[in-house]
Amino acid sequence: MEVTAGWYLALGALLFVIGASGMLLRRNALVMFMSIELMLNAVNLTFVAIGRHVGDLNGQVAVFFVMVVAAAEVVVGLAIMIAVFRRRASASVDDLAMLKG
Amino acid sequence: MVDYIWIVIALPLAGAVFLHFFGSRLREPLPGVIATSTIGLGFIYALIATADFFAGTGEAETVHLFDWIAPLGANAELLWDPLSAIMTLTVTGVGALIHLYSIGYMHGDARYGRFFTYLNFFAASMLILVLADNFGLLFVGWELVGLSSYLLISFWFHKPSAAAAGKKAFVVNRIGDVGFLIGLMLILAEFSTLTYGTVLEEPARVITTGMATAITLMLVLGAAGKSAQIPLYFWLPDAMEGPTPVSALIHAATMVTAGVYMVARTAALFELASFSAAAVATIGAFTALFAASIALKQRDIKRVLAYSTISQLGYMFLAVGTGAYVAGIFHLFTHAFFKALLFLGSGSVIHAMGGEQDIAKMGGLRKIMPVTHFTMAVGWLAIIGIPPLAGFWSKDEILAIAFGEGGWFTFLWVIGLITALLTAVYMTRWMYLTFWGEARWEDGVHPHESPAVMTAPLLALAVGSAGLGLLNTPWPFKPALEHFLEPSFEAIKMAHIPSGSTPWILAAVSILTAAAGAWFAYRKYQGADAFDIAPVMPRRTGVWRWVGNAYYVDDIIGNLIVLPGKLVAAWTAFVLDSEIIDGSVRAVGGGVRRIGGWLRPIQTGFTRNYAAVTFAGVVGLLLWFVTRGVG
Repeated sequence: MEVTAGWYLALGALLFVIGASGMLLRRNALVMFMSIELMLNAVNLTFVAIGRHVGDLNGQVAVFFVMVVAAAEVVVGLAIMIAVFRRRASASVDDLAMLKG
Repeated sequence: MVDYIWIVIALPLAGAVFLHFFGSRLREPLPGVIATSTIGLGFIYALIATADFFAGTGEAETVHLFDWIAPLGANAELLWDPLSAIMTLTVTGVGALIHLYSIGYMHGDARYGRFFTYLNFFAASMLILVLADNFGLLFVGWELVGLSSYLLISFWFHKPSAAAAGKKAFVVNRIGDVGFLIGLMLILAEFSTLTYGTVLEEPARVITTGMATAITLMLVLGAAGKSAQIPLYFWLPDAMEGPTPVSALIHAATMVTAGVYMVARTAALFELASFSAAAVATIGAFTALFAASIALKQRDIKRVLAYSTISQLGYMFLAVGTGAYVAGIFHLFTHAFFKALLFLGSGSVIHAMGGEQDIAKMGGLRKIMPVTHFTMAVGWLAIIGIPPLAGFWSKDEILAIAFGEGGWFTFLWVIGLITALLTAVYMTRWMYLTFWGEARWEDGVHPHESPAVMTAPLLALAVGSAGLGLLNTPWPFKPALEHFLEPSFEAIKMAHIPSGSTPWILAAVSILTAAAGAWFAYRKYQGADAFDIAPVMPRRTGVWRWVGNAYYVDDIIGNLIVLPGKLVAAWTAFVLDSEIIDGSVRAVGGGVRRIGGWLRPIQTGFTRNYAAVTFAGVVGLLLWFVTRGVG
């Protein structure tokens, strides 16, 4: 059985849905981060698959951008989380609702 | 000499600047000495510069200092002609004596240095006014004089009445200035320049009689404000709140004469507009009578003199309006001496009485203050017009010329004569209640003669008041002042004293009038009881109540003009501003706040809510694109 681009797209969609569900359902900030990474990488996979399918390198270029931005985002996000954790000994995002309207 | 005539202005100006910065650090007499010497040196310089005019060889000269507003012809140019010379001599001469007197009078004042800053600043402003060679510079001096008058009237600003008086003087003067400014604009529109030389040389070539009338009437409004004439006279009595030397310097000798000077300077325009000239004469005559009648019933030693000043300024207006410019300037000149003398003398009395200003509580000061009394007696005889003192010559020249003009002016002569009678009455009353009769002092008052630094200027002014009338007598000498001023009024057709025996009869009539008034007042107050004020100041009934309250003019103006103004201001402040304008601003703010209140529940603070909304949005967008098709 030949593995066509469709499989990769299906896998990407599945990973994205898992990530999105985790994002919406979990309240631990660390897990939410992992979910976001999952979604980003699902998109990366889609980019690569389609780039390969149409024979365009730009798909892979976009992936590098996403990875760099994701790395930067994780650095900032983890720093915030550590700072919050030191103060409240909790990683639950629902506890951080002080700025609500 | 004349090329550097600006030194006369620069000296007191430099004194003012210096004293402004260092006046409060110098020990007491020093600021006064500096201020007196700057203006005294200015007087000497002006006297030397006038020498050519005395000799009859001098020419009117224009001194160009620097360009200011060249396109309008308003440059820093000074005009040195006999008219500005005599004004300069009056301002610096009388001014120097008043400065000298102030050294003693202001002794111990906390702001001694500042007082002399203002005095010097005032002198410099007045000199700019009289030496200007164009209406622009004249206006600068005009306004600076108003400013320094404000500063000096409210010098003791811790007294609310003094602060209010300064404000009143300033505001009333500004009303006159509006007219003056309109006059200047009309001149600029018609002549395209503000230089005296162009405007005043045969103005008939450029403007019609109607335009000349419009211009001059506007100028008269300004002059009435500055010279305290009807309808803008009522600031001057209140201006007595200032220290007495200020009353003498500004409100008798110099600033209030600015209006008379201006009318004399623009004689060429008034010659063209006979209606305006007659208006000036009429305003003057009626102001003279009106103010003299109020002076009859005043109790404040300085207020009597204030109304008397208004009255005498009325004579000057009558003179310049009649076309007797020399007589007007002559009266200005002599009045500067005897009125400064009277004011400084009353200052000496106030000083002696420990601040008391009510003449009902004086009396009997003749023996205690012999020098003051003697000099005051000279001033008294001068102002009521007893020959050969100065006031007689100048006042009677005005009256004789008005009589000689005939027609309407004969009527004005009658008013002038009645005023002379009233002048004799109120000045004799003033003298009697202050110096003669029995002492009516309050307990604890110990009068004493003033120090020499105050009596010396009194003596000098008394000599001037007694003798300077001889400058312009038709007999036995030649009218020197008329000859002196001739170059300034070359092109003007001037009114002259009627020839023949008429002036002799007129002089006899006015001497008799003055003597009758003085005798009447003397007899009336002679019987006054020693320790009871009641006979001296009987209760006012009927028409005297009106007179005693200055015809309630202040109340009328207060209710008719000031009160509506205050109401408009209150409405603007408390309704328009705080309700309508602030209200609409507050409504905008409140509206934004309310909308925010409605929207704030959206921000729940739960990250997953935001994420869910984001996803819903993305899904919605995707569905939209998919069903509609991209592009």
